[in-house]
Amino acid sequence: MTIVMTHRDWFDLVLHFATLSMLSVGGAITTAPDMHRFLVDGRHWMTDPQFSASIAIAQSAPGPNVLFVALMGWNVGLNAGGLPLAAFGLTLAMLGIMLPSTTLTYLAARWGQANRELRGVRAFKQGMAPIVVALLVATGWILATGGNYTMRNWPLWLVTGVTTVIVWRTRLHLLWLLGAGALLGWFGLV
Amino acid sequence: MSFPSAAPLPAEPERRPQPESLTDLFVSFTVMALQGFGGVLAVVQRELVEKKGWLTREEFIEEWSVAQIMPGPNVVNLAIVLGARYFGLRGAMVAVAGMLAVPLLVVVALALVYAQYAGNPHVAGALRGMGAVAAGLITATGLKLSGALKKHPLGVGMAALLAVATFVAIALLRLPLIWVLLGLGGVACALTWRKIAP
Repeated sequence: MTIVMTHRDWFDLVLHFATLSMLSVGGAITTAPDMHRFLVDGRHWMTDPQFSASIAIAQSAPGPNVLFVALMGWNVGLNAGGLPLAAFGLTLAMLGIMLPSTTLTYLAARWGQANRELRGVRAFKQGMAPIVVALLVATGWILATGGNYTMRNWPLWLVTGVTTVIVWRTRLHLLWLLGAGALLGWFGLV
Repeated sequence: MSFPSAAPLPAEPERRPQPESLTDLFVSFTVMALQGFGGVLAVVQRELVEKKGWLTREEFIEEWSVAQIMPGPNVVNLAIVLGARYFGLRGAMVAVAGMLAVPLLVVVALALVYAQYAGNPHVAGALRGMGAVAAGLITATGLKLSGALKKHPLGVGMAALLAVATFVAIALLRLPLIWVLLGLGGVACALTWRKIAP
């Protein structure tokens, strides 16, 4: 796929990602459907397989999942003409998705730390504890089931369940578990 | 953070472990990010709370609340909050750079080789297996942190009720996150506000 990116197009890309940045409560991945609408369906800057692969690669790589956005910019640049433009697109995409939310979070963090004895701040931080703890368990649940409960997936659920108990109750290094999961999958056991 | 009556006098030197320098902060976050397949949070919790002792379980949940409610990637937000806590703006920028810089290079390298292995069933299977493990890591992190709810100002019963309601809303009913944060989160904060009268 070959496309032409004007200065205006790059500007639109940054602007779109910056807007999504402010909306990405719960993580950048929650904005992926809108990115698909914009990059693939709307502007035709990348193909659907490129979009899916960007997410798959970022999720299989170490580090925060937000890096899938970097690969979006990378692929748009690649389509527009080679590795230098790909690096350019990656930089713009990351600046767009990161700058607004990180600025806001930094200001909120400083304010919260400066006013940590305020009753309202203490009520927020302590009050949210049951919610955010449950959100973690719920996230694990959603990742494990993927939204469908077909019994065919029981080996995967077993892996998730056993991992949960081991991590909860022991101090085994997490990379051993990831390695074991990779091996089970490699040999087609799960 | 509160100061219970048993806390040491302010005159005494604090002996809490904390990052020694910006370099320490950068390296720590890079090492954590590079271990985080399918999510970095489980690694961050284990390293910072259980190994390094920079934060107690309660402090970790409090900082995570801020990271969770703000827009943006949660673990990156957590890096900002923690970096700012120790070294201000420079700390926040260094922690984020640690979280992103090296993993960014890794992900680009993966993108360059991915095309050759995309169709390989072994590779697809390995990714599926790692995904199932990653789901377990995040679940276990939540279960470990849930122990902190025993000391919650609302009492363990009310805290557990709010937690179960959140789990049902998100995991089973699949309600949008923003409504759960505003709705159940708002109720939880309001109740706590009443409870912790000055």
